Amino acid sequence: MGAAVLALLMYRGYGALAGIVAACLAGALAGLFTGVLHTFSRIPALLSGILTMICLYSINLRVMGRPNISLSENLGHRTVFVLLRDAFPRVPEVYLRFIFLFLLVVLVKVMVDLFLQTEVGLSIRATGDNETLVATQGIDPNCMKLIGISLSNALVALAGAMFAQYQGFVDINMGIGMVISGLASVIVGEVLLRGRTIFMATLQVVLGSVVYRLATAIALNWGYNIGFKPYDLKLFTGLLVIVILSFPILKEKLGRVK
Amino acid sequence: MLRLERVNKYFFRNSLDERWTIRNLTLQVQEGDFVTVVGSNGAGKTTLLNLISGAYFPDEGRIVIDELDVTELPTHRRALYLGRVFQNTSQGTAPSLTIEENLAIAYLKGKPKGIRMALNERMRAIFRDKLAEIGLGLEKRLKDRVGLLSGGQRQALALLMATLAKPKILLLDEHTANLDPKTAEIIMELTARLVGENHLTTLMVTHNLQDALSFGNRTLMMDEGEVVLDVAGEERKKMTIQELLERFTLLRHKKFAEDRVLLSSS
Repeated sequence: MGAAVLALLMYRGYGALAGIVAACLAGALAGLFTGVLHTFSRIPALLSGILTMICLYSINLRVMGRPNISLSENLGHRTVFVLLRDAFPRVPEVYLRFIFLFLLVVLVKVMVDLFLQTEVGLSIRATGDNETLVATQGIDPNCMKLIGISLSNALVALAGAMFAQYQGFVDINMGIGMVISGLASVIVGEVLLRGRTIFMATLQVVLGSVVYRLATAIALNWGYNIGFKPYDLKLFTGLLVIVILSFPILKEKLGRVK
Repeated sequence: MLRLERVNKYFFRNSLDERWTIRNLTLQVQEGDFVTVVGSNGAGKTTLLNLISGAYFPDEGRIVIDELDVTELPTHRRALYLGRVFQNTSQGTAPSLTIEENLAIAYLKGKPKGIRMALNERMRAIFRDKLAEIGLGLEKRLKDRVGLLSGGQRQALALLMATLAKPKILLLDEHTANLDPKTAEIIMELTARLVGENHLTTLMVTHNLQDALSFGNRTLMMDEGEVVLDVAGEERKKMTIQELLERFTLLRHKKFAEDRVLLSSS
């Protein structure tokens, strides 16, 4: 959704920043839709998300008007990366991209950390922890869920918009399997880092997704030595998530045998 | 203060499994009353509290708190008038949050939530004082996650959270039932103190008949969704557990049956 809205705006001649802002708003709106499915229609959370995504597939096609849009500079599109390159012409582009994305991630992490410590942020966390308590303390759990899902989906859209600019094009299929990749990233992060504070939790997510992407890049680049083909990637991700999710139960069962 | 008018509640209504859990119940609780509620299994004690707190809605009748009709209000909209502690020691607190974060939720009850930091030093000082009064040493553990605490400590914290915003009515649902006798005693003392200090109108469901008679100023006995016995004043002061059970048998032509009561009164 984020990438599609960004593409539309840039295609229509708006700047990259306007595209990013609009993408985030559209993402929040999609999140709100998921939230309403979950809170009002009482559809389970994961299914609500899947339903929204299947609806979005068609909506994205309508937004873009065709399955893919190029954001190439040759077509006059100036992505944030092009803007950056022009602003700092002496810094090599590879470093520039890295530094910019690193700073962006740090900024988002700090903002999320701070938000989760505000009154609303605390209420959202408490809702995830104990809904009954939250209601008896005068907070509407559904309202907190809607705020939480909207904000997180705005972040997802931001990611989509940035990724589209990074790769220079938007494709209708770029979001497929992203839920599982995200899940894998979070799990990898939790395995790598311990700790339950907010600071550690967001660090887990950031580090997890970087390590996950590194692992897939390694598999794609050098995996052919052991017969790994690019089209095996989804299988690899799926198996990774399955193994890690089954791990606690396997450990318990094996522990009992001993 | 609290008034229930001809309240009826059915479960699985219009099905083969229909159960009439609260039957034409009318109840008036005065301001400052500390009412204890006893009854056999399935008598409707917890359903009564769930109706008052808004977890369930009555099929018929009205519920009025301080002249305000709350019958149709969802839990979070009537929460300001109510504080509640549950039997399950993990229900009254948020286990992944720290002690200070839990208390902040209770402290901010009824205030609009904004994008301000939820905690500050002034609040922490208040929390430390309140926790020190409980006397369990929790004031030194503000940043510990509540999941690390024992059942008794969690229940003490839940009590503090339920009373922090000074509700009009405190609902206690067998809040000492899952604790060992020694801890249960400590929690009951704390309950009596917090109720006294804050002048709270209280409704306490308990399976402990001794507690039911020694705490509070009025005792209700429930059976099959009705209040069958309502004692207060001099009559109650002189009453023993034995008399209470005999009165029940006389009224209902059956024995007061609850495993836990039988065990604890033997």
